[in-house]
Amino acid sequence: MALSDQELQEIAYLARINIAETSFPTLKEELDQILSLFEKLNLADTTDVEAMSHPLNLSQPTRKDEVTEINQREKMQEGAPQVQSGLFLVPKVIEGEN
Amino acid sequence: MQLNELTLKEQLEGLKDSSFSSAELTQDYLKRIQDIDPAINSYITVTEELALKQAKEADERYKKNQALALDGIPIAHKDIFCTEGVLTTCGSKMLSNFKAPYSSTAVTKLFDDGVVMLGKTNMDEFAMGSSNETSFFGSVKNPWDKDFVPGGSSGGSAACVAARLASAATATDTGGSIRQPAALCGLTGIKPTYGRVSRYGMIAFASSLDQGGVLTRTAEDAAILMSSMSGYDPKDSTSLNVEVPNYADEINNDISGLKIGLPKEFFEQDMPEYVRKSIDQAIEVYKDLGAKIEEISFPNIDLALPVYYVLAPAECSANLSRYDGVRYGYRCEEPKNLEDLYMRTRDEGFGSEVKRRILIGTYALSAGYYDAYYLKAQKCRRLVANDFTEAFKSVDVILSPTTPGTSFKTGEKLDDPLDMYLQDIFTIPANLAGLPGISLPCGSHNGLPLGLQLIGNSLEEGKLLSVAHNFQKVTNWHKELPEL
Repeated sequence: MALSDQELQEIAYLARINIAETSFPTLKEELDQILSLFEKLNLADTTDVEAMSHPLNLSQPTRKDEVTEINQREKMQEGAPQVQSGLFLVPKVIEGEN
Repeated sequence: MQLNELTLKEQLEGLKDSSFSSAELTQDYLKRIQDIDPAINSYITVTEELALKQAKEADERYKKNQALALDGIPIAHKDIFCTEGVLTTCGSKMLSNFKAPYSSTAVTKLFDDGVVMLGKTNMDEFAMGSSNETSFFGSVKNPWDKDFVPGGSSGGSAACVAARLASAATATDTGGSIRQPAALCGLTGIKPTYGRVSRYGMIAFASSLDQGGVLTRTAEDAAILMSSMSGYDPKDSTSLNVEVPNYADEINNDISGLKIGLPKEFFEQDMPEYVRKSIDQAIEVYKDLGAKIEEISFPNIDLALPVYYVLAPAECSANLSRYDGVRYGYRCEEPKNLEDLYMRTRDEGFGSEVKRRILIGTYALSAGYYDAYYLKAQKCRRLVANDFTEAFKSVDVILSPTTPGTSFKTGEKLDDPLDMYLQDIFTIPANLAGLPGISLPCGSHNGLPLGLQLIGNSLEEGKLLSVAHNFQKVTNWHKELPEL
């Protein structure tokens, strides 16, 4: 199957990656090649086969509801692109207000 | 003999009997990194000051007879392991300014045993690649021939150990990223059972497949490091709460009567004659050691590659959604609004292979395709894993080539993702099943090394290491060193 421009645009938006339209042809070709590899899966009979999401057949362990992490806000924010008063700054999200 | 020519085990003995100090050993490597690494590019960061401080502390412990298990051994860490206060980039522009606020459990365990950190090694971006050409910090050269790739994604770790720029190195393996570079650089590389080494602080690519391990010169060295690095970690919910044996004791176990399985479908794959010849010779070595060889069947092996390339990208698309330019890492210049910030940060911060895989994964998980791709691939994963369950009813370990050939030239496969993906055709199945695998040198062709892979049953790293060590006791491939 071949990806359409619109599908590629939609996936890129879902993944929040800005992709220049000029790179669409090459990218579509590469992705189609990878997708064609997937077709082999259709040849396998998986009736009554349980999906394997994980190599270990373990249930998730639980722990006591105790505080294990101390507050290290300043340390954690040292590498942040923009911080003010202990808050991460991003461009304004709510439009139309001053 | 130079200090850097000694194996890790020999260095440990030398430190214990005061033949040399950790400071001398560490300085020897640091000098060598300065002289040789510019042409190889195996390190992203060299932590000279920290290394010398740790070495000095180790030497003091030796003087006081308080030495730790691995005291003073200088190794390098793949730049996927978080190291507190030290740049941890994962080979990406996205994390090119990221200093980890804490250390991964694997690194902490090694530190606790006295290991010295020389620096952080180059790698394919977010561990996605088989040639170490996708790194934001430039490609890594194979020390055996600088026109060739070292393999990937742990290419920097492999190149630095092969070039004797570290005694050993940590690495990670999602589809072959320890074993394939081990094969291409003439090293021993082990990927343990999924859950054996904690993934806490190991930057996630595909969480149900990622596993930490080591690249070393010998199986003995790997055994020493794995005993230190493995073990239960409550900070990783997939960590196995199972006791870790002392692998260094287990490696001398006799292997006569051991049953080695040869999966016939692996040998039906397209591979050059020199690969078959080297593997045949290795099989003869094992026969001489008293092992029994049996042909086994993996009827679902053709599914492994497509399963991997649905599941790994799907998991990566979810894991890498955290890189949004808000809390840490790269952020684009002058974002117009929040969406623009996300979209341009991720376009500019990720390289093309990473973006390709995020897009494929997003597609496989998107409405309408989830059942056809993702769920179908998970079911097929079970079929591949079942092949192993069947095989281990009759054999102890499974033997195959590690890669379909020796290394390839830089740039040769970069424009053909599918051809690059075939590099991992023999290594991926063990990741899907969560089983331990090891690669060890077993030959060479035109001056480039070749590897042999052994896959063991769950938690049988000790057996794998002993099967590898027994081979290395009677062969010399692992002793060959590249001329630099």
